[in-house]
Amino acid sequence: MPRSLAGDLTDPEMAQPYMKKDDDDEEVEYSPFFGIEKGAVLQEARAFHDPQLDARKCSQVITKLLYLLNQGETFTKVEATEVFFAVTKLFQSKDAGLRRLVYLMIKELSPSSDEVIIVTSSLMKDMNSKTDMYRANAIRVLCRIIDGTLLTQIERYLKQAIVDKNPVVASAALVSGIHLLQENPEIVKRWSNEVQEAVQSRAALVQFHGLALLHQIRQNDRLAVSKMVSGLTKGSVRSPLAQCLLIRYTSQVIRESSMNTQTGDRPFSDYLESCLRHKSEMVILEAARKIAEMDVTSRELAPAITVLQLFLSSSKPVLRFAAVRTLNKVAMTRPLAVTNCNVDLESLMSDQNRSIATLAITTLLKTGNESSVDRLMKQITNFMADIADEFKIVVVEAIRSLCLKFPLKYRSMLNFLGSGLREEGGFEYKKAIVDSIVTLIGEIPDAKEIGLLYLCEFIEDCEFTYLSSQILHLLGNEGPRTSHPSRYIRYIYNRVILENATVRASAVSTLAKFGALVDSLKPRIFVLLRRCLFDTDDEVRDRATLYLQTLDGEVAVGNSEKDVNEFLFGSFDVPLANLAATLKTYEPSEEPFDISLVSREVKTQPLQDKKAPGKKPSAGTPAAAPVPAVDAYQKMLSSIPEFSGFGKLFKSSEPVELTEAETEYAVNVVKHIYESHVVLQYNCTNTIPEQLLENVIVYVDATDAEEFSEVCSKPLRSLPYDSPGQIFVAFEKPEHAPATGKFSNVLKFIVKEVDTSTGEVDEDGVEDEYQIEDLEIVSADYMLRVAVSNFRNAWENMDPETERVDEYGLGVRESLAEAVSAVINILGMQPCEGTEVVPKNARSHSCLLSGVFIGDVKVLVRLSFGLSGPKEVAMKLAVRSDDPEVSDKIHEIVASG
Amino acid sequence: MESCPLVKNILVLDSEGKRVAVKYYCHDWPSLSSKLAFEKSVFRKTRKTSARTEAEIVMFDSYIVVYKFIQDLRFFVTGGDDENELILASFLQGFSKAVDHLLRNKMHRRAALENLDLIFLCLDEVADGGIVLETDAKAILDKVSGDGLEGSGSLTEQKLSSALATAREHFARSIFN
Repeated sequence: MPRSLAGDLTDPEMAQPYMKKDDDDEEVEYSPFFGIEKGAVLQEARAFHDPQLDARKCSQVITKLLYLLNQGETFTKVEATEVFFAVTKLFQSKDAGLRRLVYLMIKELSPSSDEVIIVTSSLMKDMNSKTDMYRANAIRVLCRIIDGTLLTQIERYLKQAIVDKNPVVASAALVSGIHLLQENPEIVKRWSNEVQEAVQSRAALVQFHGLALLHQIRQNDRLAVSKMVSGLTKGSVRSPLAQCLLIRYTSQVIRESSMNTQTGDRPFSDYLESCLRHKSEMVILEAARKIAEMDVTSRELAPAITVLQLFLSSSKPVLRFAAVRTLNKVAMTRPLAVTNCNVDLESLMSDQNRSIATLAITTLLKTGNESSVDRLMKQITNFMADIADEFKIVVVEAIRSLCLKFPLKYRSMLNFLGSGLREEGGFEYKKAIVDSIVTLIGEIPDAKEIGLLYLCEFIEDCEFTYLSSQILHLLGNEGPRTSHPSRYIRYIYNRVILENATVRASAVSTLAKFGALVDSLKPRIFVLLRRCLFDTDDEVRDRATLYLQTLDGEVAVGNSEKDVNEFLFGSFDVPLANLAATLKTYEPSEEPFDISLVSREVKTQPLQDKKAPGKKPSAGTPAAAPVPAVDAYQKMLSSIPEFSGFGKLFKSSEPVELTEAETEYAVNVVKHIYESHVVLQYNCTNTIPEQLLENVIVYVDATDAEEFSEVCSKPLRSLPYDSPGQIFVAFEKPEHAPATGKFSNVLKFIVKEVDTSTGEVDEDGVEDEYQIEDLEIVSADYMLRVAVSNFRNAWENMDPETERVDEYGLGVRESLAEAVSAVINILGMQPCEGTEVVPKNARSHSCLLSGVFIGDVKVLVRLSFGLSGPKEVAMKLAVRSDDPEVSDKIHEIVASG
Repeated sequence: MESCPLVKNILVLDSEGKRVAVKYYCHDWPSLSSKLAFEKSVFRKTRKTSARTEAEIVMFDSYIVVYKFIQDLRFFVTGGDDENELILASFLQGFSKAVDHLLRNKMHRRAALENLDLIFLCLDEVADGGIVLETDAKAILDKVSGDGLEGSGSLTEQKLSSALATAREHFARSIFN
C-alpha cells in the first residue's frame, strides 16, 4: 500500500471498523473517505486557527474539503467564507506540500473581491519567492481571483514573470495573461514586448503559450497577425503544440486574405504543405485538416489526402478516427478527391471502434458511384446487425442522401430501409428510417408506392404512437392519389380495431380523406366510419361524426365540395404554438373563439444576452427589461387610451439598442407597427444611483421620414435609478403602406441629485439632454415571419399571375452564406425547410422564404444564388403573393437594399 | 480563445463509473446533475471497449472523448468536436502516465483515494482553465513533487519526494526498457 500524505487520512475513529475487513473482498469497498460528512470536516478546519500549526493534519483536512467539493458537495456562502478565512491562516506554515493545497483551496473557493485583499499580500510575497514552484503557482492563483485595480499593482511582476528563465513560471504568467485578457484587455496588451520575447523561448510550452497570448492580443489587427505569421512560418517554432497553433493562425490569414485579393495566389500554402512532412503526427493532422477545409485545387489537396490515407492504417485508434473523420468531411463536398482511399475505408468497416467503422461507411456512401451502390448496401446490411442505434441513425441518414443522389437506385435502398423497419430498434432509429422514407417518397415519384407499402407494413406492428400517427397522416395525403387507393384501406382500418385512442383518431381522419378524395370509395368508407361512432373514446367518435356529417352534405360548410375539403383538411395558417397559447387564455363566454385573433408571428429565440453578469446582483429589477411576447405588447398598448384606436397590432420588432453598453442611460426601442400607425416604445434605464430623472421625453426628429407625422407622445414622469420605464411616441403613416424613414432621437429630462446614503432627493433639478442613436424603420418591419408547412404546395396554390421574377448582381461578398443571410435580413421573412443553411463550399444555393406583409398579404419567395467569378454573387428572385403590387414591392425592397 | 486548443474536462472514474477525481474547465455542464449525467453516458458508451494498450476515442453530442483504462482506473479527456484529436490524446497520455507513476502502478480506487491530494495537484498542473499546461509525464511529476523547492524538510515533503523518487525510478525503467 503506498504511503503518502493522504494515506494518513485513515483516522482511527473513521476507518478502524473497516480496517479488519480490508482483505475481505465481499465487504464494502474500503475508502479513506468512508462516512465523511461536511459538518464534521468543517469543524476539523478549525485546526487552521491553531497557533501551533500541525501541517500534516491541516493537509489532511484540506484534502477532505477538496474531496467533498470534487464529489459535488457545495458550501453555503457563510461556510465558504469561514473556510476561506481559516485557510488564509495557513500561509504562516512553511510546509511546501501544505502551501500547494492552500493554493488549490483558494482557487476552488473563488473568494469575493473584499476577501481577496486578505490573501493578496501573502500571494504577492510568494510571487517574488526564490522558489520557482511558489512563483508559478502564486501567479496562477492570484490572476484567477484578482480584479482590474489590483492587477495594475502586480502588473510589473507579471511582466517579469513572462520572461522568467524558469519555463514553468513563464508559462504560468502567459496562461494567466490569456485568461486576464478577457476582462482586462487594455492592461494585458501592454505586455506585448515581453510576450514577443517569450515566443522566441527555447522551452516548448513557453513558446506555445506565448504564441497563443500574442495572437489573442493582436487578433483584431489583421495586419499584425499576418506579419506575425509570416515571421514565424520561416521556421523558429519548435514545439508541436505551437506549430499547431501557427497552422491555425496561418489558415485564418489565408482565408481572410483570399477574401480581399481576387487572385488565386495563396501566400502561405508552401508552409502548410511543409507541415505535412513534420515529424509530429499532431502537426501533420492539423495541417492536413486545414488544407482540406480550404477552397484549394485538387493538386493542392492531394498531398493532404495522401497523409490522411496513411493514417487510416495506423495502429492507434485515435489517429484512424482523426483521419477518417477528416476524409468524411472532404467527401461531403469533394467526393472524387477521396475515392483513392476507398480500399482502406472498406477495411475500416470492420474496425473494433464503432465510431471509426461508422465514419468509414458514411464516407464510402458519399464517395461511391452508382455501380458500387448495390455491393455497398450488401456489406452494410451485415454491419448493421452489430452496431448501436446511434450509429445506425448516421448510416440511415447517409443512405437517404445517397438515394437522393442516385434516384435510379431507389429500389435497393428502400429495401434496405424497409428491412430496417422490420428489425429491432429504438424510437430514434425507427423515426430516422420513417423520415428518410418520407423524404424519398416526396422527392422520387417512382418510389412513392413501394415506400407507402413499407410504411403500411410497419404500422401493422408499430409500438410508437407518434410514428403511427405520422404515417397515417402521410397515407391520407398521398394514398388517395396513387393508382390503387383501395389497397391501403385495410391497413388503416386495422388501426381503428387494434390501436390506442390517439392512433384510432388519426386513422379515422385518414379514412375520411380517402372518402373525400376518392369518390368510388366513398360508400365503403362511410360504412367504416359509422362503425367508429361506437368507439369508447370521445375524440374518435367526434371525428367520425364530424366527417360523416360534413362529407355527406348534411351539415352545410361553404358552397362546394372544395370548401368542405378545405374546411376539413386545409392547413392552419397560424403557428400551432400561438394557437395553443391563445386557446389557453380563452375563457368560455358568449363570444365564440376567433381564430383570426391568433398572432401569426413565429416566435424566434430571443438573442442571447452576451453581456457578462451584472456587477451588482439583485439591486432592484434587472437592468434590461425582459422581451415580452407580441400578445403581451398588444395587451399593454391597447390599455393605453391614446393607442386603443389604432386597431390590431401587426408586428412588434425585437428591441433595438440605441445606446452603447454601460453608458449613463440605457435606452432601447421596440417598433410597434399598425395598419396606419407606428408606435415607438423607448425602454429607458437610469444607471446612475446619484440621479433621479423627471419629465423624461424623447424628442424625435422625423424630418428624414417624410411619410410619418407625430400624433402623440407619452413622457415618463420620473425615472429612478435602475428601474426601467417606458416612453411612447406615436406616428401616423399612410394606410397599409410600408413607409420607411430615419428618426433621430434626443432624450430630454430634468436631473435631480439623490443622496445615496439617505435616499433624499434634492429639490432643485437641472434640465439636461442626452443624445441617443438614430433609429430606422425599414421594409422588413412590415413583414411578419410566418412559416408554411409545405412550401411547394403553398407555392403552387398561389396565383402564378402574381409571380414576379428578376435577377440581381450582389457584387463581391464574403461568402455565399453571408449573401443569403443578408437577403433574408433585408426581407425579414421566415426561411422554410432549413434552406437558410448553406453547405460549406457550395457554389450555388436555393432558399425558400415565407411571410405576411402588412395588410395581411401572404408572400412566398424563392431565391437562387450562384457564384460567378471568385466571390461575385448573383441572385434570382421569384416572388408570389396574394397581391401583385406586393410582389412588385418585394422587388423594390431588394433593389433598394 | 477559439483557436487555442482547449480541454473541456478531465475525468478519472473507477471501474464502476464512480468519480475518483474530476475537473471541469467549461460551462457546458452547469449543474452537478448534468456533470454526473455526462460521466454516466461516457462510462456507458466506453464500457465495452478495451482502451488498454492504445488510447481509444469516441464522439457523441458534439464532443470528442479520448480515453484510456489502466487497471481499475478510467481516464477521460473531453474536447470540442473541432479539436485536434491528437492534442487531446497526448494530453491524456501525459496525465494518465503521471498518475500511474504517482500511484506506483497500483491503479485502483483505493490507492487513488489515498493519494487524492497528489492527483488533485496533478490535475492542477496539467491544465489551467482548459489551456494545456504540460503534456510530458516527467515534467508533470516534477511539478507535482515541487522539484527545485528549497527544502524545508517537513514530513510531508519527505514523503512526497520519496514517492516521487520511486515514481521517477519506475519512469526511467519504463523508458529504458
